[in-house]
Amino acid sequence: MSSLKRGSVAVVGVAESDLGQMAPHTTPLDLMAQATRRALDDCGLKLSDVDGLFAAATQHSTTPLAEYLGLKPKYFDGTQIGGASFMALLAHAQCALEAGLCEVALIAYGSTQRSAGRVVGGTGDYNPYESPYKAAGRISAYAMAASRHMHQYGTTREHLAEVAVAARKWALMNPMAWEKEPLTIEQVLNARMVSYPFTVRDCCLMLDGGGAMIVTSAARAKSLRKKPAYVLGTGEALSHATISNMPDLTVTAAAESGPKAFNMAGIKPADVDMLSLYDAFTITPILFLEDLGFCPKGEGGRFVSDGAIAPGGKLAVNTSGGGLSYCHPGMYGLLVMIEAVRQVRGECGQRQVKDCEIALAHGNGGVLSSECTVLFGAPSTV
Amino acid sequence: MDELKQQSPTGIYLEHCRNGELAYQVCLDDNTPVFYPRAVAPKTGSTNLEWRISKGLGTVYATTVVYGAKGQPPHNVALIDVDEGYRMMSRVEDIDPMQVKIGMRVKVRFHPGDEKQPPYPVFVPAEGTK
Repeated sequence: MSSLKRGSVAVVGVAESDLGQMAPHTTPLDLMAQATRRALDDCGLKLSDVDGLFAAATQHSTTPLAEYLGLKPKYFDGTQIGGASFMALLAHAQCALEAGLCEVALIAYGSTQRSAGRVVGGTGDYNPYESPYKAAGRISAYAMAASRHMHQYGTTREHLAEVAVAARKWALMNPMAWEKEPLTIEQVLNARMVSYPFTVRDCCLMLDGGGAMIVTSAARAKSLRKKPAYVLGTGEALSHATISNMPDLTVTAAAESGPKAFNMAGIKPADVDMLSLYDAFTITPILFLEDLGFCPKGEGGRFVSDGAIAPGGKLAVNTSGGGLSYCHPGMYGLLVMIEAVRQVRGECGQRQVKDCEIALAHGNGGVLSSECTVLFGAPSTV
Repeated sequence: MDELKQQSPTGIYLEHCRNGELAYQVCLDDNTPVFYPRAVAPKTGSTNLEWRISKGLGTVYATTVVYGAKGQPPHNVALIDVDEGYRMMSRVEDIDPMQVKIGMRVKVRFHPGDEKQPPYPVFVPAEGTK
């Protein structure tokens, strides 16, 4: 079986919808459509050019979006594996584009989680093996992963707080970010405890928002408005659905998705200029830095210390401000990729990573359940 | 071929809970414990699943303390590695939730539940139990 081809497709248009708190009665579809309109304007294509539709949402699926936009797509995919869905949808779009099943793929997401209340975030049905214990939703699953990492590797609450503080510093350089005030380690540690060791500042935002991405063949990408962001590598991995069935709470399936993406791209972690890592909680970038090969297993907490992933640090991580300080609208995976694309395009203004040619975007879904990695490259890399 | 019309794996598990028994399955094809209970064993795909009753002893694998329920004190949520070789979510009671530590030995006790919630297993400290 042959694999996908490095650089065969490129992201040509990206956009966020409005982010934050929407007006009453705004729907997720309104946000998806607004982001789609903006992403089409970003690349200069028309809605009628879109013949592949790829969408996932906690509140709506692909069918209502096709109706809203009046699309009759030749190819469509509604893979729903949580926040990593969008990296998977990009890989699936590449499959479809390479096979000639469509020519212009739209990947879209929207959520009104903040306005509609957290229930629509989807913590699932009653489960007799978990529900009686009244965990704080998924937060407790990630908190238990953190407890294990602290026990095995000496990771501390201060290490976790470093991740939140670094995200906040980046967010202050992103005009689209929700958070506008500085944050200190002490403020993270002293914030309201939610599920030990996490305070509310260890947890991502819950906002309204969405995004859209337009993907097409490398050949067609060259004629469009913006510098293409080539898809150099993708990797997808599923692990478990419930945290009690995760084999080792300190090792995620990013240890599978990462090598797949790097192998396809023919590069190694040292070649990556910038990382966009799904930071649902402060423990997740620590786990992903380890599992994706940027530091040894167990060293993630010490790796992020002393501002190492903050502006001016040794590795640029989550330059948008991340799910912790920029925006987390129910599922954050598409926005994770949009920042990586903008970095390889060189569009990030004050927070732009110098000479950013290769960016890694990593998505996470469920309770460390699905892990998908994408490597984007500037034209110089293909 | 109508097993699921007769009884479900979760139904059997809950019936054991009502009797104060922590039940689990073993796939007889590869002798692997299976939890949560299933109609088909993972990996082997076997339907050759045998019900067994755990001795109810285990070790805390991971732990958290949940704050937030209004007016309620913080409570523990933990993953327990049960001695028979499987892991389950539960809660350790009879101890300050912050004092529940990874590696702590625990033993099962059944919470009586209520009208909406059938009886369910929780754990209590069992120091000195090997």
